[in-house]
Amino acid sequence: MTDTRTESRGRVLTGVHFMLGNYAVAEGALAAGCDFFAGYPITPANEISERMSQRLPEVGGVFVQGEDELASIYALAGASLAGAKAMTATASAGFNYMQEGLGYCYAVEAPVVVVDVQRCRGENFASQADVMQMRWGASGDYEAIVLAPSSVQELFDYAIRAFNLAEKYRSPVIVMSETTLALMRERILIPPADAIPIVNRRKVTQPPSPEFLPYKAEPSGTPDWAPLGSGYNVIYSLNPHDERGRIDWDPNVFEGLYKRITGKIRDNRKDICFTESFHMDDAQIALVTYGSEVRPAIDAAELARDKGIKVGVLKLGTVWPVPEDEIREVAGQVDAIISVEMNMGKYAGEVERVVGGRCRTFRATKNRGLIHSPDEILAVIEEARR
Amino acid sequence: MTINPMRKYVRPHGLPHFFCPGCGAGQVLQYFTRAAHELSLNLDNIVAIGGVGCAARIPIYLNVDVLHGVHGRTLAWAMGIKLAKPELKVVVFAGDGDAVSIGGNHFIHAARRNLDVTMIVVNNLNFAMTGGQVAPTTPYSSVTTTTPYGSGEPPFDICRLAETAGATYVARWTPNKPLQAIRSIKTALSHKGFSVVEIVAQCPTHFGRYAIGSGNPADLLKWIDERSITKVQAESLDPSEREGKFVLGEFVNTERPVYRGTTRYEVERAE
Repeated sequence: MTDTRTESRGRVLTGVHFMLGNYAVAEGALAAGCDFFAGYPITPANEISERMSQRLPEVGGVFVQGEDELASIYALAGASLAGAKAMTATASAGFNYMQEGLGYCYAVEAPVVVVDVQRCRGENFASQADVMQMRWGASGDYEAIVLAPSSVQELFDYAIRAFNLAEKYRSPVIVMSETTLALMRERILIPPADAIPIVNRRKVTQPPSPEFLPYKAEPSGTPDWAPLGSGYNVIYSLNPHDERGRIDWDPNVFEGLYKRITGKIRDNRKDICFTESFHMDDAQIALVTYGSEVRPAIDAAELARDKGIKVGVLKLGTVWPVPEDEIREVAGQVDAIISVEMNMGKYAGEVERVVGGRCRTFRATKNRGLIHSPDEILAVIEEARR
Repeated sequence: MTINPMRKYVRPHGLPHFFCPGCGAGQVLQYFTRAAHELSLNLDNIVAIGGVGCAARIPIYLNVDVLHGVHGRTLAWAMGIKLAKPELKVVVFAGDGDAVSIGGNHFIHAARRNLDVTMIVVNNLNFAMTGGQVAPTTPYSSVTTTTPYGSGEPPFDICRLAETAGATYVARWTPNKPLQAIRSIKTALSHKGFSVVEIVAQCPTHFGRYAIGSGNPADLLKWIDERSITKVQAESLDPSEREGKFVLGEFVNTERPVYRGTTRYEVERAE
């Protein structure tokens, strides 16, 4: 007997749920229109693959378990160039392997979404130690867009945002998850489908011709997309290419290409970056933080306020590109900025670079497989207090 | 002026190509265009893929959509394209390094899954673009730039590897047998499933000079021909006599379901 498995629950599971973080990011992807997933088993990201293997056939999508991470990320590239909204999920060690394919996606401007559930090297403890790899992992010149959710709800919301940014800028977008969030269950609200904004990449409007320039991208910096197999005969090469797509060794071609590829992100920081402020109105000390660390940071700010210290929190929704204007504005307001992160001190260097001496800077960093306790952050606040 | 009828398959402004004089890759480019011509293939429906290496540059001269520039991942790209848009015809051009050295894992899994893609492997017996280093296909004891005292590694037989892993069309020829090569490429392009055509080709610049001591393409073609035997001849030899020979012919031509993704979409239940 044969029956079909298409008793679809639909793409968008509108309603209130008590949901695992890994499921929420998968549901966010589906709500955003994801129709292709390829991944390789790795803890603590497995529930994302498992959820997608169950849900994608319900909505007419394709699920692949690649023979390794490389197969998975390159399958995403191929599927994306063919028109799919494609996602993968991995964890730190697997994210290493994927850098190669991410580099290709940046180079040929293939929109893909990657969820990296950061863990402590081979062990599944809490960590934010991949925050630099998110930005600098692949070879060559490019700019990364990396979103840092701090709750199960945001895993859902940021997955949608990630697809929309990927499509708009024809770029990989990384959702920087963490063990802490991925394996947490929280209440989430999934809105009705018609309340979810969906962005689709711009398609070329001119017909195919030998004069077609697939990498000409004026004025936005993001070229329109010519679907594979529709007669445009585009070369998608990692190698430096001219506007026609041909591999080119002209220094001016290199310069134009890499200025555009980095510029399309750098020049649109205002559109891409977002932050949230907590207790910042009268703050004299600011905690600048991201991801799960936002949670103890807010608690620490409130503990400090009980002691009469005016502390606020700047939460970075985007860690890359760096929300420089927002950090600089805070630096002009407060006496001290404390970078809070779960590694031996990585993003703190970026924060300090942007602050540029406008206020004093401190670090609350740790790598013990454990999230900061509010008291640990409070201790650094006490130190920063004049 | 008569224009070469194959010219329509070559990208406008695409030439000259960058292959060395006497390289086999140019011949394989021509075999493909002839096969496409004889089959009246619709170019708009084809995606050609090359990774990194000399053979990997073949697709960039073809007037089709092309993915290029990452070593060994050709079949992973092809998998994504075929699953997202199955109506496209995907052809991979790979050197031996791309196919079975760095890309070896993808190769056996594409064969296992019966990915509906044609892979033309230009096996020039060494890493040519990088200067003639030993490859997993280099004949035992050959001198290359990284085996100055002769290679101490036994080579892969690409066709046997493909067959064992599950490819559903497998053939091997050399530029000494152009008509047979074109015929097999035509069969592969018409085949539903993972089809592999290996062309053992000459690299006079590196393999020729280092391994056989001549940079003359004709000498190397002759060297390949002297070591080529037919499938039928091979059957009467024992394994030790077959060593170092290039067995030519069509080895597999079967059908089984092609890959559509890791999960099945229909549930078949036992009654």
